[in-house]
Amino acid sequence: MKKVILIKNGELVLKGLNRSTFEDMLIKNMRRRLSDLGKFNFIKAQSTIIAEPENEDVDFDEAVDRVGRIFGIVAFSVAAVAEKELGKIEECVTQFLGDELRAVKTFKVNAKRSDKKFIYKSPEICREVGGYILSKIPALRVDVHNPELTVTVEVRDRHVFVHGNQLKGAGGMPVGSSGRAALLLSGGIDSPVAGYMMAKRGLVLTAVHFAAPPYTSPRAELKVKKLAALVARYSGRINLAVVPFTEIQEHIKDNCPEELFTVIMRRLMMKIALRIAKNDKCQALITGESLGQVASQTIGAIACTDAVATMPVFRPCIGMDKEEIISVARKIGTFETSLEPYEDCCTVFTPKHPRTRPTLELIEQAESRVDFEDMIQKAVSETRFCSIDG
Amino acid sequence: MEVYLDNSATTKPCPGARKRLLEAVDLLWGNPSSLHQKGLEAQLLLEEARAFIAKCLSCRESELYFTSGGTESNNLAVFGAAKAMKHKGKRIVVSSVEHPSVSRAFDKLESDGFSVVRLPVDRFGVVPVEEIENAVDENTVLVSMMAVNNELGSVEPVEALSRIVKEKHSPALIHVDAVQAFGKLPLNVKKLGVDLMSVSAHKIHGTKGAGALFVKDSLHLAPHIFGGGQEKNVRPGTEPLPAIAAFFGAAQELDIKKSLPAVTALRDGFVKKLSALDGVVINSGADALPYIVNISLPGRPAEAVLNFLSSKGIYVSSGSACAKGRRSPTLTAAGLESERVNSSLRISLSKFTTADELDFCLEGIEEALRAIRKK
Repeated sequence: MKKVILIKNGELVLKGLNRSTFEDMLIKNMRRRLSDLGKFNFIKAQSTIIAEPENEDVDFDEAVDRVGRIFGIVAFSVAAVAEKELGKIEECVTQFLGDELRAVKTFKVNAKRSDKKFIYKSPEICREVGGYILSKIPALRVDVHNPELTVTVEVRDRHVFVHGNQLKGAGGMPVGSSGRAALLLSGGIDSPVAGYMMAKRGLVLTAVHFAAPPYTSPRAELKVKKLAALVARYSGRINLAVVPFTEIQEHIKDNCPEELFTVIMRRLMMKIALRIAKNDKCQALITGESLGQVASQTIGAIACTDAVATMPVFRPCIGMDKEEIISVARKIGTFETSLEPYEDCCTVFTPKHPRTRPTLELIEQAESRVDFEDMIQKAVSETRFCSIDG
Repeated sequence: MEVYLDNSATTKPCPGARKRLLEAVDLLWGNPSSLHQKGLEAQLLLEEARAFIAKCLSCRESELYFTSGGTESNNLAVFGAAKAMKHKGKRIVVSSVEHPSVSRAFDKLESDGFSVVRLPVDRFGVVPVEEIENAVDENTVLVSMMAVNNELGSVEPVEALSRIVKEKHSPALIHVDAVQAFGKLPLNVKKLGVDLMSVSAHKIHGTKGAGALFVKDSLHLAPHIFGGGQEKNVRPGTEPLPAIAAFFGAAQELDIKKSLPAVTALRDGFVKKLSALDGVVINSGADALPYIVNISLPGRPAEAVLNFLSSKGIYVSSGSACAKGRRSPTLTAAGLESERVNSSLRISLSKFTTADELDFCLEGIEEALRAIRKK
């Protein structure tokens, strides 16, 4: 049985004259994300994009799974392709949706006839196909208002598509439609969620990770790569930058007041991330900060870190509770990996009593005694990059 | 230079183990249960291995069961004994510094209705004999204790167990987790008067995938897995002969009379030099098994020191991953202050360890003291 995926691109239809650009971007993303499964043809038809495998031996279930994680798709259906003949349509319905129909109590048939030359009109198709289903599975009942399963028959120019209930898509906008931004990825629970949320709004991700060997282990870096790969299942390929950060951390530790360590460290991370972001053509930074979660995420501390930013800093988790962040992390599958117990550079020298209300003046005064510029340059130049695919 | 000093985690397979393993892979790869010649050859090797390892523990061949390793032996012993004894009582006694394969098994028994007594330990992780005397009574049905603590190397008073059980007129079965002791200290199950003893191959230069459990002949253990009757149905499943052969080969190379004094001399020299370093404290007791030297570099996170040494080719282990609050249960039970627990390293030697290797490790630690900032 030949199958296709019918993709509904919700928000994109609102984009007026740009719609075609957005659609093309979505198709490009889908083509790339499905490429290793086999060749797919993409056909634009009104508000639907039809993804049709060239060969029938592709791993169709895997393709469906992946489509469910591609942003810019509001809903999609897996459809069987039938010939344009009533008997064939009926046969296709029972063959393709038989198991689903047997698992429910109520159904209805919904017909869409865009090929007006097809001799049966929509209500006739509904009646005929509905009657056929009832004759095959007498236990079923028709419920036109609230059916458990809606059997849709779409009569198009060349084929007829038959599908059951629509599946919910990942939503959002096609990755790339908003540009590129750099995500500060620590290894904790929040930053992968932040990356996911912003990719959903159409951003391609560059991820910046700070490694502080020997305080952090090679396994911590492996964990970050794993997290990036999990986010990349949604965002597509991520360019991961690993910044050597030990020297800077030790320098802060040795030369700055202990209670200001974290805020000064975060400002330096921002400075480095900004340079990497600029080199990688990013237009914004993304962090997983959530207001008040830890001492460095109070309004005062965020003001201090923000003061060094020369591009917008997106903080999609800022108003979320930990539980809310965790529920997204579970949904996207990063939670378990985030829990792996490797020290990350944010916790290495955590002060016992960090200043929760630092002022910019105080911080700048503390920093003024130390010259970080050479170290920043060195860290940026020694940063290693790798491409992470989902 | 690569210096492997994490021998309590696992050991490098020795030449004898490798030879026997390859022989089992290349020639004796039959199924010991098969009736044909190929099966018979495999069975003969299996039984030869069993006889030899039984001799190492001073038990009968019929009392030795092969398992997949220490964890399985411990689980089989604890659950099997508890099940066999549950009609006689519900009180079971264990030390508070056991390996998770014992302590978690006891946690499970506790949730199944057993009453668990966890014995406290002294500063070196040793259970005081009087604690055992106070805990064991006529309602006690199982006592489990490790012979050597895996983190500190402390030798536990397992020889006192059978005397106490007798004196208290207790029906208790005695299980000893001898995973860290086997091949390093003489073990005689008859003299010790224990009912169950667990050992593992990969801690004595065999390979992963094989272990054994001594079960006193008079005792009938309830199995946990069911299958084709191998290991007298106590542990069915086709025997992993290559791993068992390597276990055999490794056991044949054991020579405790030679290795124990040699490793003791090495350890003493090493500890003396370590103690002289400013910033290092020794956690293991002087009378601990010489194969394990537990130290702390107070203030310096264990993970950082471990990573630093690892980058120099020196492999040791840390007692805890302090970042996520996973603290060493042994050191915590022994009452060490948290700074010391969080910075603890376990350096574990083998009979192949050399003085040069220990000197190299010492240099690495000295460098780490200079390079790594205190928290």
